[in-house]
Amino acid sequence: MKISNQIIESHGLKPNEFNDIKKLLKREPNLLELGIFSAMWNEHCSYKSSRIHLKKLPTKGKQVIQGPGENAGVIDIGDSDAIVFKIESHNHPSYIEPYQGAATGVGGILRDVFTMGARPIALLNSIHFGSPSHPKTKNLLNGVVSGIGGYGNCIGIPTVAGETKFDKTYNENNLVNAMAVGLAKKNKIFYSKAKGINKSVVYVGSKTGRDGIHGASMASAEFDENTEDKKPTVQVGDPFTEKLLMEACLELMKDSSIISIQDMGAAGLTSSSVEMASKGSLGIELELANVPCREDNMTPYEIMLSESQERMLIILEDDKETDAKKIFDKWDLDFVVIGKTTNTNNLTLKFNGKIEGEIPIEALASKAPIYDRKWVRKKVSKKKINLKSLKKITIEDALLKILSSPNHSDKGWVTDQFDQTVMCDTALKSGSDAAIIRIHNKDKAIAVSVDSSANYCKSHPITGGKQIVCENWRNLISVGAKPLAITNCLNFGNPENENVMGEFVECLEGIKEACEFLDYPVVSGNVSFYNGTNQKNIDPTPVIGGVGLIKKLSKPIGHSFKKDKSIILLIGKTFGHIEQSSFLKEVYSISDGMPPDVNLLNEKNNGYNVLKLIESNLVLSSHDVSNGGLIIALCEMTVSSSYGVKIQKPKKLTNLFEYFFGEDQGRYILEIDQENLNKTEKILKESNIYFENIGCTQKDYFEIEDELKINIKDLFEINSKWYNKY
Amino acid sequence: MKSSVIVFPGSNCDRDIAVALEKMQFKNQMIWHKETKLPKSDLIVLPGGFSYGDYLRTGAIAGKSLIIDEVIKAANEGCLVLGICNGFQILTETGLLKGTLLRNKNLKFINKDIYVKVTNNETKFANKYKKDQVLKINIAHNEGNFFTDNNHLQELKEKNLIAFKYSDQKGIINKRSNPNGSIENIAGIYNSKKNILGMMPHPERMVDELISNVDGLNLFSSLLN
Amino acid sequence: MKFSVTVTLKKDVLDPQGKVVQNTLISLGINLKNIRQGKYFEIEIDEKDQSKAEKNVDDMCKKLLVNLIIEDYKISKL
Repeated sequence: MKISNQIIESHGLKPNEFNDIKKLLKREPNLLELGIFSAMWNEHCSYKSSRIHLKKLPTKGKQVIQGPGENAGVIDIGDSDAIVFKIESHNHPSYIEPYQGAATGVGGILRDVFTMGARPIALLNSIHFGSPSHPKTKNLLNGVVSGIGGYGNCIGIPTVAGETKFDKTYNENNLVNAMAVGLAKKNKIFYSKAKGINKSVVYVGSKTGRDGIHGASMASAEFDENTEDKKPTVQVGDPFTEKLLMEACLELMKDSSIISIQDMGAAGLTSSSVEMASKGSLGIELELANVPCREDNMTPYEIMLSESQERMLIILEDDKETDAKKIFDKWDLDFVVIGKTTNTNNLTLKFNGKIEGEIPIEALASKAPIYDRKWVRKKVSKKKINLKSLKKITIEDALLKILSSPNHSDKGWVTDQFDQTVMCDTALKSGSDAAIIRIHNKDKAIAVSVDSSANYCKSHPITGGKQIVCENWRNLISVGAKPLAITNCLNFGNPENENVMGEFVECLEGIKEACEFLDYPVVSGNVSFYNGTNQKNIDPTPVIGGVGLIKKLSKPIGHSFKKDKSIILLIGKTFGHIEQSSFLKEVYSISDGMPPDVNLLNEKNNGYNVLKLIESNLVLSSHDVSNGGLIIALCEMTVSSSYGVKIQKPKKLTNLFEYFFGEDQGRYILEIDQENLNKTEKILKESNIYFENIGCTQKDYFEIEDELKINIKDLFEINSKWYNKY
Repeated sequence: MKSSVIVFPGSNCDRDIAVALEKMQFKNQMIWHKETKLPKSDLIVLPGGFSYGDYLRTGAIAGKSLIIDEVIKAANEGCLVLGICNGFQILTETGLLKGTLLRNKNLKFINKDIYVKVTNNETKFANKYKKDQVLKINIAHNEGNFFTDNNHLQELKEKNLIAFKYSDQKGIINKRSNPNGSIENIAGIYNSKKNILGMMPHPERMVDELISNVDGLNLFSSLLN
Repeated sequence: MKFSVTVTLKKDVLDPQGKVVQNTLISLGINLKNIRQGKYFEIEIDEKDQSKAEKNVDDMCKKLLVNLIIEDYKISKL
């Protein structure tokens, strides 16, 4: 069957890529082989536009057991325990079918974690929607939140932290990034590298259907006599089956039957078999007629490209099949030997004994295209906003406007739909800067958080990249954890657009600089390009997911004020940087200007000292200062507690708006008991940390002396209205 | 005291209840749903979770498991049976408890710490609680809205078979303190012999001061009494 | 005028519920080849013109009752 130009295009391949395929095969590919190349060479699997830049990221450290390149990253948390974690995107499917798109996103990331031998212990998500007034937004919000909850709750893993943001940049392209964190034993990590010749390749899990296979063109070209219309099929998640699959895999992993294991995610059987073989420098031969199918008459093309969920591929040690099958039978899952490893270094696909396709593994893996796409540095606007030229508003009105806006409103409507406490180890739930998960049966705990700042990244990508790493770092410090490593999900527009590519390169520069300085390496991640519609690309939205360690867990402090008449300390200097602030955005719809500067030395010093104070039990509650500035951070501490504040006006800075709403970085708010003030000040002065005593907590009122005094009940009400009303 | 926790495919609070039972010195065993015999137990627990994914109707499919016949036999012989959340749903599907759990009134999954009042403390499950004591306890469910016919509701009231009612922090039982629309704010009920308790809130999530609180502990110490 | 609407998952879409229900029936000793789970609506409208009424019901399906991405539907007059 002749491969027409139209078929090549509908497979997402460029003419030059098709020529490369012909060169590698030394002949034309057949349709099955073309499908396989299109899956392995697409952006999602090959990282062709991002690979050369991702190489620059720091990925090593003494806490790193496994960096990028495996299903997830692995870090050492001492005492032979390891944490396995990764974040991934499922943006495009969530736009089409929000519930299932989000649900299967959660399913996919969970498999990436338990395939390495880790029992998942926490889920996080970073979800971004268009403007609330956009007609699609409400439906997407409902669907995505239900889908995440529906999957995570059913499988019994707590969804403990996240962020939900609205901006018109996501109007036609919402983002769903799901992160999973798992606990494993350091010496029992499972990798995907195939080893040994003639080892059984075993398929486990759900049956294969036509999920995710695209386009009528190639399917109907394959069978001219088949007139049935093969429309693209949306993947439906089955969390119940995933729970069974997870338990079965973890059970099998108790002994040493598994040589290597990989989940079937994007490009299903194709990507998993090719990646396993490529890592092991082996060949793999599959008999596709053995693959359990839930639909009749599935073709080799469909079987290889199906993205049916809840399936894994395992390479087993000799003589382990019978015992392994018993485990999967117990959990009512399919377990079928579908092939073997070979020394041919080819992917050989048979159907009822006949070879239907044969491709050298490396043509699909290491010889996949690598592009050095053209990119340009961002033309930055150093515009300074003169507040005096703007329409007058009181601090109180500005404050209430921000607090009641969608991006700053209380997220209870979202988080109440997630089971945060199943597994009984959630020591600090969502709402504070980070969530804390106790390591089961141990004294220690991990803290987890996920963060992004698309507006900063848009206005100055390098600074934005630095800032998101620092904010994530601060969030973990705020709950008393030592930040260990990050995973990143890089959501960008079309990489063939040199401005978008420039944003990508520059954000990575910023991320690299911050990660290196803070000893906070990248151990896993995901790139999602092409988030754009009709030439309009989304604002650059890299998302950072971080994990930190609390060596000995005591009652977590969180960000809720604890006592009356405690001292409030502001750590870090306030310069009053107002550009790119929530204040300008929410009150005046202004998004011009540079983001606040990031001083990495201050971040590090301030962070370590705050951590020292928390570990010395001198801190009652703490909160990092980010969007909205100082006043919003204080409000957040108030509305989550029963105490307000009495804050003095700044003595030096003249413009109150700049002081209270400015988003200078590297700052924390600490609530300190009066009797601990001297000790605390001593520690801070010893390390030359800049700090101010800005006031104290008080009952009933949120007060800025001589400026405003609001009853905290009113503050709480204004902040908790939006979602329920929407 | 000996306990048996039945594990169905999809149960996911089984480890949590086992930890709580073992903390309270129960001798506990986990029983897979395909077993046809139950070990001699003083307490049988049907844990929370999503048995069979909550497919068809929550608890419906678990209610047809092989082991359920043994649970019914033991219950009829007076063995203590505790059904938590999904376990409560399974008990209603098997008929061991009357009534049914419908979808939450707001049609969404709810995970929250709420308050319940101990409306009957003269049972094997609640004797360590004070009468009308208010507990802060976690709920996590999609179908927690208890509903039953008038006859059964009368019986529950007359025979004092309502175990817990959703209330506020002060113990006031009203619409506002009802998280899911349950009839008369019912959060848990007993059978007529009071050896079977079905409850939607999760006592096993309230046994650790570091994580939450210890309001759940007395349920277990009542059983040991 | 009364109509019934039966909503089913599209042919190639995974039906996790149907799968589990099927296995359970088999374990109860009941044999069957396949079962798919769907939804059923009964709709009553004040409209004497049948084709207008049907269009109305079709509208309801498209706008709300049916997830057109993964479901099919059939309208019958009762």
